[in-house]
Amino acid sequence: MIEIRNARKSYAAEVRIGPLNIDIPKAGITSLIGPNGAGKSTTLLMIGRLLNMDEGQIRVANMDVRSTKSDDLAKILTILRQENHFITRLTVRQLVGFGRFPHSKGRLTREDEAIISKNIDFLELTELESRFLDELSGGQRQRAYVAMVLCQETEYVLLDEPLNNLDIARAVQMMDHLRRAADEFGRTIVMVLHDINFAAKYSDRICVMKDGQIAAFGTVPEIMRADLLTDIFETKIEIIDGPYGPIAVY
Amino acid sequence: MSAPVSRPVPTHPDTPAGLQAGPSARTSGAFRSAREARRYRLLLGALFALGMIATLGLLLFNNPVSVDSPSFIPVVKRRVTAVAAMFIAALCHSFATVAFQTVTNNRIITPSLLGYEALYTAINTGAMFFFGAAAFVGFIGVGSFVLQMAAMIVLSLLLYGWLLAGKYGNLHLMLLVGIIIGTGMNAASGFMRRLMAPSEFDLLQSRLIGSVTNAKADYFPIAVPLVLAAALALYLFSRRLNVLALGRDAATTLGVNCRAGIFWTLVLVAVLMSVSTSLIGPLTFFGFLVAMLAYQAAQTHDHRYVFPMAFAIGYGILTTAYFLLYHVLHSQTVVSVVIELFGGIIFLSVILRKRSL
Repeated sequence: MIEIRNARKSYAAEVRIGPLNIDIPKAGITSLIGPNGAGKSTTLLMIGRLLNMDEGQIRVANMDVRSTKSDDLAKILTILRQENHFITRLTVRQLVGFGRFPHSKGRLTREDEAIISKNIDFLELTELESRFLDELSGGQRQRAYVAMVLCQETEYVLLDEPLNNLDIARAVQMMDHLRRAADEFGRTIVMVLHDINFAAKYSDRICVMKDGQIAAFGTVPEIMRADLLTDIFETKIEIIDGPYGPIAVY
Repeated sequence: MSAPVSRPVPTHPDTPAGLQAGPSARTSGAFRSAREARRYRLLLGALFALGMIATLGLLLFNNPVSVDSPSFIPVVKRRVTAVAAMFIAALCHSFATVAFQTVTNNRIITPSLLGYEALYTAINTGAMFFFGAAAFVGFIGVGSFVLQMAAMIVLSLLLYGWLLAGKYGNLHLMLLVGIIIGTGMNAASGFMRRLMAPSEFDLLQSRLIGSVTNAKADYFPIAVPLVLAAALALYLFSRRLNVLALGRDAATTLGVNCRAGIFWTLVLVAVLMSVSTSLIGPLTFFGFLVAMLAYQAAQTHDHRYVFPMAFAIGYGILTTAYFLLYHVLHSQTVVSVVIELFGGIIFLSVILRKRSL
């Protein structure tokens, strides 16, 4: 479980995130949605200890993210940001292999290699595995980073807009992969999504943020309501019943 | 570049197919292929061979006395000092620059930005300006060497401690402050030099251009263990440096304590740069040139392979340049001037050819 208690972060006097209070249950996919500047990424980064909060406490699997040692956290929690600094002369396979660092400290064992191969195949990077990262397209690189994060094999996976740069087919595949990781391995996945309909189709729970506060948190039918979403996004949104569940039309 | 279409249905993470295809056929070595690994070994061997040949040339070639003469060995011994200085300079600049570029995530800067060389210049110019030529000539020996080295290490530790460990801990701010302090010290040195007598200036100038002839054998018992220990520590830190190169966020996610990692790397860089600068003087462009060539030659991101390549290139360049200048061209030009000239030309040509680093 991810427990957030009174977490706060202020960027400027008028830009404040929090206080946030929420319990994200173990297992399943939770999506964070909301307008730009609502604090979705900030919340995710604070859970993933990449951003220090000003006040409050966040616990992941009963570990305080501020006081637990970074390499202990790395075995239960991983986070992928939107932009990643990538270095030259690094191949896809070497990058994915870094996901094993918390476990093997850079000395890859046969089991590590098998896990690396598995995740590369899982994200369909097999043919690209010996390419350098600067020889890839944006979407391919995005998949390589997701493969690295999955390779870490942590119980909690935080993703900031994992569908960035992906075409429709790859986006659907990515969500299918993540859905299976959640269902079959009991992973807890929390991600920031911009597409409400992707969130509705693949999530177990949706957390809606606005103006630095959590506006609503609930199951998909509880959140996919025309009045609620119209209010949050300040745009006329209607919900219709599609073949795969509710669809937001705007 | 189009994404290759592989299977329409993605392989499940736990299907045995992935496991079977795995370990024997596919491994994550430091190189893309066995061919590149072989190329690396050949190149490294060739560079070390070049360094060895140039070293032997420097030690034995043009010896004014014959081999069977009793004074043959003393002449060689005197030359050993210069070769040892080249060894130390190559080791310091190659390791320090590669590590520094990694922790700053920037391939086009050098640790000179932190102001070591400006401080060296300021100390020497100040000694000449305030105490005169007689004192300046006397300002040499183990005492002054240790003093200069300590001053540089203390300055950089203050800079790191203040700007990296504080609440606003920020590497780029630290670099900027380092550049400003360096510029300030250079300006002060420039001012002092303008007020000097030409004879004093001439005496000073010879020490402000990096040269292995500045090195004295008395310094080695202090310099060599320090440099070897710092370089070994950096080499043992390679796997963590590989992760730090991914950037602060990715490294934190992978469980590496970035602040501590960057701090200790910079401390080792400070030791290496300080020893080298107080031993032979400033070599601004050298480390940069060596690191850039090393990445081109090694074709890997892995520091365990980049470090030896950088050292081999650095040592090869220094020894070959000195051998050619002294024994083939019979020139007394200071080698660092030539290195900086060729370094600049190679740097520009690489940028123009590849349009990137």
